[in-house]
Amino acid sequence: MALISIKNLTVEQRLKAVSLELNRGELLGLIGANGAGKSTLLHAIAGLQSTTGDIAIEDRRLDTIPPHERARLIGIQPQAVSSAWALTVTDIVALGRMPWGDEDQAAIDRAIERAGIDEFRDRNIDHLSGGERARVWLARVLAGEPQLLLADEPIASLDIHYQLAVMEVLKNYSREEKGVIVAIHDLSLAARFCDRLCLLNKGELIALGTPKEVLTEERLSTAYGIPVDIDLDRDPPVVLPR
Amino acid sequence: MGRLIRLIETYLTPLLVFALLLVASVSLSFGSTASVSIFGGISDWLQGETTQAALIIGEIRLPRTLLALIIGAALGLSGAALQGLLRNPLAEPGLVGASQGAALGAATVFYYGVFAGLGTLATAVAGLLGAAAALLFMLLLAGSGRPALVIMAGLAISTVAGAALAVVLNFAPNPYAMQELVFWLMGSVSNRGLDSLIILFPALIIGSALILSQRRLLAALSLGEKVAESLGQSVKKGSHIIVLGTACLIGASVSVAGTIGFVGLLVPHMLRPFVGHRPDRLLIPAALLGAILVCVADIAVRAMPFGQELKLGVLTSLIGAPFFVWLVWKERKRWL
Repeated sequence: MALISIKNLTVEQRLKAVSLELNRGELLGLIGANGAGKSTLLHAIAGLQSTTGDIAIEDRRLDTIPPHERARLIGIQPQAVSSAWALTVTDIVALGRMPWGDEDQAAIDRAIERAGIDEFRDRNIDHLSGGERARVWLARVLAGEPQLLLADEPIASLDIHYQLAVMEVLKNYSREEKGVIVAIHDLSLAARFCDRLCLLNKGELIALGTPKEVLTEERLSTAYGIPVDIDLDRDPPVVLPR
Repeated sequence: MGRLIRLIETYLTPLLVFALLLVASVSLSFGSTASVSIFGGISDWLQGETTQAALIIGEIRLPRTLLALIIGAALGLSGAALQGLLRNPLAEPGLVGASQGAALGAATVFYYGVFAGLGTLATAVAGLLGAAAALLFMLLLAGSGRPALVIMAGLAISTVAGAALAVVLNFAPNPYAMQELVFWLMGSVSNRGLDSLIILFPALIIGSALILSQRRLLAALSLGEKVAESLGQSVKKGSHIIVLGTACLIGASVSVAGTIGFVGLLVPHMLRPFVGHRPDRLLIPAALLGAILVCVADIAVRAMPFGQELKLGVLTSLIGAPFFVWLVWKERKRWL
């Protein structure tokens, strides 16, 4: 049984009849140009967006699941999160436990360790760099230990070291029999880490499959409007604008 | 310094409760008649005796002290709730239009006897409706919690309410009524009598209960509306409950004591370092510190040697306005 199955998901003017399935243990990359509908799709799956069509998580329709239970099953890291207050890192990570109504220290510690932020767990968020903050937001989602983790461009503002570190965290999380969907702009990293890719163009799903199946010159130049060089046989694989 | 902050953090609520009791007893023992026993006065008054002590404590100082405490608690709590809800350190009942809305509602009733059937409750109900309407319009106009937009929307709503209030003043039935209204608007807790507590006390309980029921939402909103929603919180419903709770607090306090500004702005800022900046843990300490500050300000007002009493609201504005200027300066440095 698929962890999540989406059929004919439509959001007015943003998504057109998107259908896809995700299995446990899988890391799915959402790729596409700006405005292609990646964030809208993630918000729809997280229940933050009114939609038409069906979303089911392990055969339960998403719209029949009460909000706090949905929040236990699905965690999302939205794009461009910020904290209004100078909270400590541990307090922010603990917010991820809210759907469970507890402050389970073991889960919080696990999340902090997975995201590699133990050294500054007692610092205030406003004293951290962009790269450090990005890992705190990720730890916040990990603390909820959701079955399905959605991350909207989690590596957008990171240096190459932390881009790899965050993608490793997401990959490892998916290997614990969880599902992960990540919206990502870096196609080389998408090819390197994701089990499957979903290419969106102007709200339509134009390709879904393994990186080899999806990352073709023809498709990418349709989606991005520029020619690209693709070498998936290299290790690591490389996809660059020409 | 860090250790001192942590020590205060651990014992914050007991410390504030102790300070509140201390300030309240100073307020009860402070007045033009020097040697009045507080406990003797209270016990005489409770037994219905008409000794001098009973009259001074029971009829004058006790109502004034209780009013100052309750109104301060209401203002401190609503400031903390609004700042948490709007994720904006500049939010304050007076700056987001709530106080002006409440004043407009209460003033209209004052003059024109709307809701006459409600008797003494009429001004409080009108204040509540005015505050709630102003807050809802502000939220609608701002459309989000972005600091600049909230302040602009608050300014717009305050201006509209202020203009309408000017119309009410303009058509005052007689000059005395106008003078009375202007003095009332300046904010004071003197000569209010224990009757006002019948309105204020339930408003404080209901307003606080509504706001405290949304503690978790306030915590989740630290990271924005999307994160809060994804954590299973109902942002829309919860925001409405917080607005209603704040309107209860502001509407009732303004209808009884006029506008006492800047308490709601100041108090959360003073406390934030001692609660780890958490908006949910800020609420109860903010109510306690608000009560303490307004009571201290009222004692200061009584202690001033002027012939005519400086209004409490004028004093809090004199202290609070420079603080607001400093906050803007601090924000400016963040952006430049």
